[in-house]
Amino acid sequence: MSTTGLPFPGLRSGVELVPTTDQPQTGKDFTSDQEVRWCPGCGDYAVLKAVQGFLPDLGLRRENIVFVSGIGCSSRFPYYLDTYGMHSIHGRAPSIATGIATAREDLSVWVVTGDGDALSIGGNHLIHALRRNVNMTILLFNNRIYGLTKGQYSPTSEAGKITKSTPMGSLDHPFNPVSLALGAEATFVARTIDSDRKHLTTVLSAAAAHRGTSLVEIYQNCPIFNDGAFDAIKDNDTKADAIIPLVHGEPIVFGNGTKGLVRDSQTGGVKIVAVADVGDDAILVHDAHNPDPTTAFAISRLTDAGYLNQSPIGIFRQVERPTYDDQARGQITTAQQATPGDPTDRLAALIGGGDTWTVV
Amino acid sequence: MFGNDLVTLPNFPAEIRAPQGTLPGVSSFQVHFADHDILTAGDAPDVLVAMNPAALRANLGDLPQGATIIVDTHDFTARNLTKAGYESNPLDLLGDANDPLGAFAVQPVDLTGMTVEAVKEFGLSRKDAARAKNMFALGLLSWMYGRPTEPTIAFLEKRFAKVEAIRDANITAFKAGWNFGETTEAFVVSYEIKPAPMAPGVYRNITGNLALAYGLVAGGVQSGLPVFLGSYPITPASDILHELSKHKAFGVTTLQAEDEIAGIGSAIGASFAGSLGVTTTSGPGIALKSEAIGLAVMTELPLVVIDVQRGGPSTGLPTKTEQADLLQAMYGRNGEAPVPIVAPQSPGDCFDAALEAARIAITYRTPVMLLSDGYLANGSEPWRIPEIVDLPKIDPAFATAEDLTEDGKFQPYARDAETLARPWAPPGIAGLEHRIGGIEKADITGNISYDPANHDLMVRTRQAKIDRIADSLPPLEVDDPSGPPGHGKAKVLVIGWGSTYGPIGAGVRRVRKAGHHVAQVHLRHLNPFPHDLGDILHRYDKVLVPEMNLGQLSLLLRGRYLVDAIGYNQINGMPLKAAALAEAIGGLVADAEGVTVDLTPQEAGK
Repeated sequence: MSTTGLPFPGLRSGVELVPTTDQPQTGKDFTSDQEVRWCPGCGDYAVLKAVQGFLPDLGLRRENIVFVSGIGCSSRFPYYLDTYGMHSIHGRAPSIATGIATAREDLSVWVVTGDGDALSIGGNHLIHALRRNVNMTILLFNNRIYGLTKGQYSPTSEAGKITKSTPMGSLDHPFNPVSLALGAEATFVARTIDSDRKHLTTVLSAAAAHRGTSLVEIYQNCPIFNDGAFDAIKDNDTKADAIIPLVHGEPIVFGNGTKGLVRDSQTGGVKIVAVADVGDDAILVHDAHNPDPTTAFAISRLTDAGYLNQSPIGIFRQVERPTYDDQARGQITTAQQATPGDPTDRLAALIGGGDTWTVV
Repeated sequence: MFGNDLVTLPNFPAEIRAPQGTLPGVSSFQVHFADHDILTAGDAPDVLVAMNPAALRANLGDLPQGATIIVDTHDFTARNLTKAGYESNPLDLLGDANDPLGAFAVQPVDLTGMTVEAVKEFGLSRKDAARAKNMFALGLLSWMYGRPTEPTIAFLEKRFAKVEAIRDANITAFKAGWNFGETTEAFVVSYEIKPAPMAPGVYRNITGNLALAYGLVAGGVQSGLPVFLGSYPITPASDILHELSKHKAFGVTTLQAEDEIAGIGSAIGASFAGSLGVTTTSGPGIALKSEAIGLAVMTELPLVVIDVQRGGPSTGLPTKTEQADLLQAMYGRNGEAPVPIVAPQSPGDCFDAALEAARIAITYRTPVMLLSDGYLANGSEPWRIPEIVDLPKIDPAFATAEDLTEDGKFQPYARDAETLARPWAPPGIAGLEHRIGGIEKADITGNISYDPANHDLMVRTRQAKIDRIADSLPPLEVDDPSGPPGHGKAKVLVIGWGSTYGPIGAGVRRVRKAGHHVAQVHLRHLNPFPHDLGDILHRYDKVLVPEMNLGQLSLLLRGRYLVDAIGYNQINGMPLKAAALAEAIGGLVADAEGVTVDLTPQEAGK
């Protein structure tokens, strides 16, 4: 185990059973010999650099790390990391990762996916991975557009978006990935930004340390087909008002301390107020460890569904629930302890069971 | 009646009004229907409908293993259980390790409750309403055995013509029972399969699905690999999932996935991680898994894909049998995506077929399709229990650090000279870190490659690897008792695959019994075909291919060997009928040999 802090002292970490190394590692150790082929200026580069820079902090043996992806620009990710990896088929990475994580407790399993891969063609696998709580970390690169297929709207694109497939504007209401994950009762849900390496790394550390399925939505700019989609939260002039930072145990304030969140007794949700109007004590204190996801969901609704002028960023939810894979292995261990003996003998007993008769 | 022969065997207790619910008070009625002359009511029933615990207890001894028991749960009360001498309710232990009814397919159904509910509109007394449960049960049995409903309804109309409410209640209950069978998919028919002459050994009865599950457990034991099943429930394959979920002590993991795709996806993931990945389904599930099977072809990972075929297309006939997924298994993917195919020929043979599928998958690093069907899945037969020492050992031969090149590189798409298999390197070994995926792989390195010449090479290499499997297959066995092996007198060859083995064998025997020669070959491997198949086909004047489809094996044989395969095709959801098939074989024999073939049975003593 590295120095990566556990969210809950005393609980098992997401990488607890993964072998560690004493050898010092650098980002270069995790860089494969393959040429990176994303478009110049793509946000994926920043995330790749951040991941390559962060993995050495985990102190895990490189051969015990697996990255699985689906289809899309971001899904090329595994080729650029010198770990074990599989670039699979569209939308199915969570199911493949579920098999890997359930079969092997000694692996650190990561899924790299995009808004189309995870929320459109693979939506079913995503929600079921989240409810099962398989021990893996899902990095959802959200650029709110289809890049690989050259610019159609995605399930997170704002309604009315003009694209090649929607010349008169798209008609679909977008998904909010964080709301969706919270609705599926994911145990770890966070959102971060490609260009904020420090925040990205902090969130990745917490996600890796979490035992269960961690969903990290990463706002990622596509300079070719959806450039500027996240300008409001990246621009130094506007980001103070656009980013609602979530830090566990801290009052939720933004706008240089002028604005904050309070509970809204009218709707049961949360709303934005001027701190001066309500006083510091009235401001909602973020509790990512609340077993009830209701407040986290209410906060997630403050994300703009249209052009992104405002979005909560940080760890929405981080709670403990037994993982599918630990329990599946536990059942096997229990059964094996109850039935000792040589497998060959037990196989003979199994197939020779029931009523038998002898023909001579 | 109904165009089938039918014999009934009523069995009433001798006591006058023996107390209902006690063992001496059990009355029964045995029905036997068949497509041939019936001389007895059938010694052993395939289905027992037990209206109370006493009926179950009294008749259990007459049932063969694997028989279906439908019990009316309504009358399994504590009082009735005591009257029948049961200390506890045997239904409470269904599916348990020590289930006293474990040898049977037990279907607990609230016959009384559903009947009363179905006929409540007729205002009968509860007692009269409950009596109609006999008709509910008959309706259910009529569905299971594909009996027409009209004659029964006509009979009831006449029988109860004078009492309108009773008439309508009985007809309604009969229809409700039929509809219940159609809707639930729970009542698959178990067929009686006539045992062949038995070799010495220890025997038990076994169904195809159970034998398949045991074969997969054996595949794990013989390879030393943990078995990982990712599956989504579907008729008629679900019992394999149920059975394997009991065998965690063998290190078997079963994951009931959110859909068919996740079932195979998780199995591929487990294979990548070093398990024997397995997925089980029926035809509609294969359609959904096709893209993922292609991924396993491209990534060259071991995977066993089991298709328990049912009537199609689309939802088709979930509880009926068919073998119309052969071409889907062979070609149902985008691109050139060859997949080996094996098919069991009888319920017990499902064990060996599963083990063979595991051998090919692990040895050649490839997905393997196993084609069973509803007839095998639910049919049972006496099975000679194999000795474990006689089972093949399977070597996973994982890649090790010794597979690195001199300059320390791992080459995930280098190949074994004999099998053309690539190295299998599950995560956890330092220096063997590598990435695989669905994009075309460069030869040797496995890197992404769009190079035209490389693609041409890789397509041909993947095909060549599957073709190489034929090198590991034994010669085909041609059954022609008219002469020494290879020198029989038959001019007609009957060739089949899968569950038609029994009916084809019976048809062939009928022709031989009438004094004629006919040869039989049955294929275990549909892809690749055994090396000697072409020579065998060309040895005969006529080749007949009976199949429960429109001629899928015929098409493959014609395309591959330019042989004039003649189809015998039946697609009614039922197994082939030996008598009709024998007529077709006889016709070909008559043509080929210029003789008259008369298959009328010669009765003894006349």
